[in-house]
Formats: sequence, C-alpha cells, structure tokens
Amino acid sequence: MNKPLPEDPMMRQLVQMSRRHQMTRRAALAGAGATAAALALTACSPAGSKGQKQLTPAKDVSATEKTVIWHNWDLYMDEDAKGNHPTLDRFTKETGISVEYKIEIDDNDSYFGKVKDQLALGADIGADVACPTEWMVARWVNNGYVQKFNDANIPNKKNLQPAYLGAEFDPKREYSMPYQGILGGITYNKEAYKKLTGKDAPTSLADLFVPELKGRIGVLKEMRDTIGLILLSQGITLSDPKSLTSDAFMNAIDYFKGKVADLNIKIKGQGYSVDFENGDTVAAIAWSGDTVQMNLSAGREKYGFVIPDSGATITADEFVIPMGATHKANAEALINFYYDPKNAAELAAWVNYVTPVVGAQEEAMKIDPKLASNQLIFPSAEFLANTHAWRSLTPSEEQTFTKAWQSVQVGA
Amino acid sequence: MAFAAFGSGGGGKHSSPTKSNGKVALFLLIPGLSYLGLFFLTPLISLVVTSLEAPDPSGAIGVYQYGFEINNYVYAIQTFWPHIARSFTYALIATVCALLISYPLAYFIGVRLRTRPLLQGLLLTLVIAPFFISFLLRTFAWRQIFSSDGVVMQFLHATHILAPDQYIAGTDFMVIFGLTYNFIPFMTLPLYTTLERLDLRLLEASSDLYASPATTFRKVTLPITMPGIISGTLLTFIPIAGDFVNASPEFLGGAKTAMIGNVVQSSFLETMDYPTASALSVMLMAVILVLVSVYVKKSGTEDLL
Repeated sequence: MNKPLPEDPMMRQLVQMSRRHQMTRRAALAGAGATAAALALTACSPAGSKGQKQLTPAKDVSATEKTVIWHNWDLYMDEDAKGNHPTLDRFTKETGISVEYKIEIDDNDSYFGKVKDQLALGADIGADVACPTEWMVARWVNNGYVQKFNDANIPNKKNLQPAYLGAEFDPKREYSMPYQGILGGITYNKEAYKKLTGKDAPTSLADLFVPELKGRIGVLKEMRDTIGLILLSQGITLSDPKSLTSDAFMNAIDYFKGKVADLNIKIKGQGYSVDFENGDTVAAIAWSGDTVQMNLSAGREKYGFVIPDSGATITADEFVIPMGATHKANAEALINFYYDPKNAAELAAWVNYVTPVVGAQEEAMKIDPKLASNQLIFPSAEFLANTHAWRSLTPSEEQTFTKAWQSVQVGA
Repeated sequence: MAFAAFGSGGGGKHSSPTKSNGKVALFLLIPGLSYLGLFFLTPLISLVVTSLEAPDPSGAIGVYQYGFEINNYVYAIQTFWPHIARSFTYALIATVCALLISYPLAYFIGVRLRTRPLLQGLLLTLVIAPFFISFLLRTFAWRQIFSSDGVVMQFLHATHILAPDQYIAGTDFMVIFGLTYNFIPFMTLPLYTTLERLDLRLLEASSDLYASPATTFRKVTLPITMPGIISGTLLTFIPIAGDFVNASPEFLGGAKTAMIGNVVQSSFLETMDYPTASALSVMLMAVILVLVSVYVKKSGTEDLL
C-alpha cells in the first residue's frame, strides 16, 4: 500500500485513484478503463476550454504522510562532495519531513507544457511545491492553479525582502514566495574575449554584438532576459507600459533578428554552459549564478559576469503549491525553512543567486565575509537601481510576443 | 487483399462456406485492424481536427476550441514556407550525399567481397555498429568534434581553408553533414541486399558484348539495383525531411538552420500554438506522400510498394 507513487503524472493519478477507492478488482478495471477513456478524450482536445471552472484544493494529508515532493531547476541546491544536500537533510532532521527533490524544470515553457493538463483539472502534477519563474507563476496564480498559503505555517514570511511585495498578480505574496532572484547579464570567457576583441571585458550590449565575436555569441532562450536586455540598451523601461509598448518590443525583435543574421548568434536554454566549455561561445547573455558554477568546474576564474551599463533584468523563481498537491502543510514548512536567514545564507553560498531573505547577509558574514559583500547575491540599493523587472503582459501580448520571439529562434 | 484471398479461396464442404470463411478472415484481421485504427487513424484524425481549431475567445494561451479554420494552413505556409523549403532542400542534398557514399560501399561489401564472407560480415556489422550508441550522443559528439576551439577547427584555420571568423558549428553544412551521417545505414542496407543478389554473369555478358565498364554500370548494374536505390532513398529522404534533432541549436544547428520539425516542436512546446503545429505536420505528411508517389511512379517501381 505504501509503495512510492510513479513519477509520470498520469500514472500517478491512476494509482492514486485506485488507492482511494479500494475497489474490487472488476470495479477497478472498469474504473481504469473509464479513466483511460477520459484521458484519451482530454488528449484529443489539448487543454479544451477549461480554466473558467473554479478549482478546489486537494485534501491535505501532511499530518499522516511526512513527505514533500519538490520540482526545481538544475544547479539550484547546495550539494556536498558526496552528492547530499546538507540544507535539505537538516530540514528532514528538524521537521521529520522527508523531501523528494527532483530536477524537473528545464525551461518554463516546456515544464508548463508537461503539467498544464493536470493543472487545469486541479489534479496532482507530481509535485507538492515547484519553483517556476515569476512570469509563469503569474500565469498559474491568475488561472487559479495554486493554493493559498496558510501564513500561520510560514512565520518566517516576515523575512521576505519588501521589494518582492506588490507584484501585480500577488501583491501580498499569498500564493507565491520567491526562492531565488535571478539577474540576466553578460557572461564572458575572459581570455578568449580579450584575444578576439582586444578589450578586457564587455561593458554594454554593444560590446557583445561585435563582428570580432561572429559565430561565438550566445543568448538565452528566455525571452524576458534576452529581449529585456536589448530593450534596456535601447532606453526602454521594462516596468512601464507606456515605454514597453508592442512597437518597442517589435523594434527590439527586428534589431535582434538583424544581429542573429549578421553574427550567427546561438539561442540556447540551460545547456548554454556546454558551449562555453567547448569554446563555441565566448560571450553570452546569461544568468548570474551559473558563472560561479562554471568557474568551479573549470577550476579557475575563467569566466566573468557583468551587468551591462544600461542595466540588468531581474526576476525570481518562486515557490508555488499546485491545487492538486496533497502535502501542503509540509510544503509550507519547507518554504518556512528556507526563509530562515541562516538556511538562506547557506543556500546562497552555494547557488550564488540573489537571495530574497532579509537577514541572510548578516548570516553570510559569519560564514564568509567575501560572500556577504557579493553584489550578485546581496545587492545593495544602488546596485538594484540598475536592475529591471518586466511589467506583466496581457494574454494577447504574451501570445504575439512569444510568436515573434519564436520567429527569431527558428530564423525565418 | 488477404481478406479477398480468404473469401474466394476457400469453398469447403461445410455449410455456407464463403460466408463463414469470410467471418474467420475478419476475425483474424481484428488485431491488425484495431492496431491501425488505434495507433494510426486516431492520432491522425486528432491531428487534423487540431489543425483546424480556432483560438479560445478568452484569449488564454494554449487554449483552443473546435472550429474549421482553414486560415491556420494559410498562416503556416505564409510564415514558415522558408522552413518547409529548407527541410526538403536539406533532405534532398543529404539523400544524394548518402547515396553517393553508400553505393560504392554497398557495392564493395556485396560484390567485391563475395569470396570472403567473414570480411563481408564484419563490414556489415560495422555499418550497423553506430546503432549500438545512442543517436543523440553520436550527434552531439560531432558538435564537440567541430567545436570552435576543437582540433578540426584549429587545423582548418591554421591551413587557411577557412577564414578566421568562419566556423562550422551551427551552419547548413554541419546540419547536412549530420543528417547524411545519421542516415547512411538506412541507405547502405537496402543497397547491399540488391547488390548482393546481382548476377555477375550479366556483367560478364555485357563486357563480352564490348560494353565499357561505365556502360555496363549504366545499362546493367544500375537498372538491376534500382529497387535498392528506391527503397534506400525513401528510407532516408522521408525521415530526414521530418528530422528535428540535427538541425536543433542544442545539437548541430544554429539560428538559421531550423527545419520544419523544429518549428513543429517549438510551436507545440513553447508557443503552445497547437493548430499551427498540427497544420505543419499535416502538410509535411501530404507533401511527402505526393513526392513519394510521383517518384515511385516515375521510376517505374510501383510493385515495390
């Protein structure tokens, strides 16, 4: 009875269904047949016309089942030489809740494609808590796909950086809590960049899109980072609807299309670090924390990360608890744990992304003063003034923008 | 066909023979027919229905309702015709390259080595050997081999075969190279089976009649091995036209090499534009069907199919 559930969301649903009802064998077979038929029907009409229906949270069985399943990104958890996750292990020790930590998110769009049918039905997606990026979180919150937090279970919510309050989709952070903040800027191979361009480091986007680097420039597949940096370099304010208009966006797309054609730019997802390692990429639009990881695996300070003078994009990957999650209280305990400044500092020391927890910097001071002064992890107010977040897009804008972005990616 | 054969062939002494035999045949065909219905027809119908869907009035992303939007096809052609053209151009070039490489190879194994079965077996195993390693790994290995800091590129730059700012990674050449490489076994094996049966006495007769080796090849060998060429080219051309791995930027491709398969993939998974993706898939299928039937008709090998 207590076998672990299978990973595949559909199989998981079937297994749970059969467990819940404790049917006779014949009835179970009929049930499975009916479910299969229902699944076949949903498969025929991708995402049919759902979303209007109000979803109800799944029953919370946290009190009896001391587990929580977490979907997250790669290189996003502290890890010791043996491959253990020290902070997660301590969480289990303190609370008695065991964590199934799964690296399931490669990029937001394909993760959403994987779980969206279950989300729309309010069914279990195989995770009690997941950390997609803010714009995707906004979609989940707006569609009513996620459960409201019980703040009594997250006393450490008081440690949230006030800057993260006031988001349009969730002003009081009742449905989503930042896990790590992410900066988009320029990563470059120090030696190769100098050799090819004669300059020490890029300081602006114009230093990235130079003919000397032709064929060896990369950008992120994440539209908000790549086009975001281009828009910033064109003087557009990303948070201002009057500045970031459709025309401004299409302008940036056209500009970038020209650059792709002239300079043979590579557009890649999380796998871009491989291109740095084999030399295909010398400089790229990339995420701040990955540079540290790449330097670690290179064994020296081979790569640098800079914020272009026109500014960096900033966003966050955020905790959400899907409607179908059956271990909500356990997930809340997990969120609470990572909002403890001490734990947040320990995590930040490893993942090197912007931490959203107040007090973590003081804790980091105790671990390593150099860490505490790293602007990319604990940005100062002046530093943050040069980072910019996107305003939320309307569904129709989102549709036109992603289609335009697709046309760049597949190179019309 | 099988059904008709069963129906008319029988005629035993039992009561109402044809009828009951027909029933038996039908019964025996049930597994095959239900397989086709379930795994070919259902997805195909679902694909065609999806390709005609209209966006949901709510404007939500990835939500569509049943409709009859022929415009999806117009949009798909208008927007993605360069990718359709590119797919078939790549497929054509890669198929021709694969044929040029495979034919001498298959000839060597199937004709020249007839007296040495052991060597023949060894070489055939080598042709199939790449399949022992994952297709994705092998493709990715080529990317590493041609990487911009790699030995190959250093050599090409040092010898000035390529200008210093020219690289192979992510170019048309790289993708066609990968496609050719990956599909060579599918070309070699059918060629081998026809060449292996080639009657050498015919070649002898031809040279007795004062035909030059070139003429013998053109007038005797080539026509006899035509069935192998046709099935080899079909087995390579069709999957190449729909391939999306080689041209993907994650593997050998770049920003300007996307084929129709890449567009379908990104439309399905990233923009969640299911109707356009389905319309493209349906069109790819239709174009391939037309091309193949014309090709088979022209080459006079209908009985192959």
